[in-house]
Amino acid sequence: MFRTLPNYLRVAVCVKRVVDYTVKVRVKDNRVQTANSKMSVNPFDEIAIEEAIRLKEKKIAEEVVAITIGAKKAEEVLRTAMALGCDKAVHVVVPDAAAESVEPLAIARILEKLHGEIKPDIWVLGKQAVDGDFGCTAQLLAGLLDVPQGTFASKVDVKENKVTVTQEVDAGRQVVELSMPCVLAVDLRLNTPRFPKLPNIMKARKKSIESKDVAALGVDITPHLTTETVTEPAARKAGIKVKTVDEFFDKLREAKVL
Amino acid sequence: MLRPTALSLSSALVIAEMMSGKVSPATLSAITAASKVGPVAVLVAGAAAKEEAQVLAKVKSVAHVLAAVGEHYSHGLPEEYAPLVDAAVKANGYTHVFAGTSAFGKNIIPRVAARQGCMPIPEVTDIIDEKTFVRQTYAGNAITTVKSSDTVKYCTLRGTSFERAEADGGGATVNDLTATPPVGKAKFVEDLLSTSDKPDLMTAATVISGGRGMKSGDNFKLLEELASPLQAAVGATRAVVDAGYVPNEMQVGQTGKTVAPNFYLACGISGAIQHVAGMKDSKVIAVINTDDEAPFFQIADYGIVEDLFKVVPALTEKVKAAGAK
Repeated sequence: MFRTLPNYLRVAVCVKRVVDYTVKVRVKDNRVQTANSKMSVNPFDEIAIEEAIRLKEKKIAEEVVAITIGAKKAEEVLRTAMALGCDKAVHVVVPDAAAESVEPLAIARILEKLHGEIKPDIWVLGKQAVDGDFGCTAQLLAGLLDVPQGTFASKVDVKENKVTVTQEVDAGRQVVELSMPCVLAVDLRLNTPRFPKLPNIMKARKKSIESKDVAALGVDITPHLTTETVTEPAARKAGIKVKTVDEFFDKLREAKVL
Repeated sequence: MLRPTALSLSSALVIAEMMSGKVSPATLSAITAASKVGPVAVLVAGAAAKEEAQVLAKVKSVAHVLAAVGEHYSHGLPEEYAPLVDAAVKANGYTHVFAGTSAFGKNIIPRVAARQGCMPIPEVTDIIDEKTFVRQTYAGNAITTVKSSDTVKYCTLRGTSFERAEADGGGATVNDLTATPPVGKAKFVEDLLSTSDKPDLMTAATVISGGRGMKSGDNFKLLEELASPLQAAVGATRAVVDAGYVPNEMQVGQTGKTVAPNFYLACGISGAIQHVAGMKDSKVIAVINTDDEAPFFQIADYGIVEDLFKVVPALTEKVKAAGAK
């Protein structure tokens, strides 16, 4: 499609409901115990939402669509996204029993399907979810769509139908320029997410969420990875506390580390 | 222990990351991991792939090196690498495709996996057999063993979990790999790399990290003074990186770098879950903190409840004195 101005962009932002990052999870009966844990929006996704809204405030994007894939309860993260300023919300509902085992590949395939309907110019995802720590959904989606990817993004600039992304790499930063459509995976440095305001939270409750059944999308969500075991990491024992610097130095010397 | 029958059917491809003519430490670790599943082929791409292939051919445990010459590969763009890796896998039937857990590996592995409908397995810490891999979830609070049903296993390997393959002693054959045409959807603009002659954080034997207790970026000089005689790298927590005290690439933690040095000295760091996720596999951990209740003391081998501004300079003096003897 020919575009003369970039201010017609549509942005899709993906949000995951995860165990709150402050919760220290326990492993029991060969699985991570998440029942009754405090849940919230994946921290990286908050940054993704913030970036999408900023693109709208800068009049670069016209519409921001928030998407989540998960159990019925995952709807609450879409309410948050809408309270923050997203225009539309799509919830791909996964049966509760299957919700926990949906893999990034299945997520990316579902998003690929939605791409055909929503036709976003920019996909904004968090660089990883703090539960599975996979950090690969954005790359998988970009691969499936065969569009460019901007990962670990700490700066995003949209101009003249190009997206310039500063990526956090091991030795510093790398700047790349992507054509649209593209997929971004955002890093913590990108921005500081705002808090939703109470009136907006109230308003967001009334906004409608488009709910889709995962089965109707025709995407196979059977896991490719089966979990054999889940265990707690070997506990480190607390060592000794010393009183003086001399003692501290001597102990470290004894341990042959100084 | 891997079953020998399975071994003969497996062959692994490692995507090499080169750093100014040298094999990156993450790649060397990935080669060690790959040698556990079968014969190891290494793919190198870029304008200087021919010369780099010679360096890789000397790495121990490498059987074959595939070199694809092309300027469009030089900056590690996943858009350019993915079709190349895809073609190599289809042509040679590798059962495993590995890369180190670096920004490079994390970028490329899932993108290629997607092309083949496979589910990547990121940050593998152990290989049980050719289908079964161990990785950490929930910021390292759960160790998960997964079995893959994919025909090709795409993994990134956590560098701190596998010994690095020796850079010498190998004698691999080198073959040319036909370069794929440039994709051009993503364009490299520039690298903004921090240049420092100090030891690399991910590979240093000793890491000294500072947290909020450092109070300012200038105070990191104290840590550098101690680090210098110890040939240690200096790391940081997210809080101080966010505060702008030190650059991002110094961050250790769930969202920063994972380190597992011989000795980790934490100065003025409380020990939040996300920070600990990035360093808890360190062999010896010592903590300096004024807060007796800091969670870090629960996992530290040695702790001192004292002002770091007293302890660190005193320690530096003592290290220097001991070194002079």
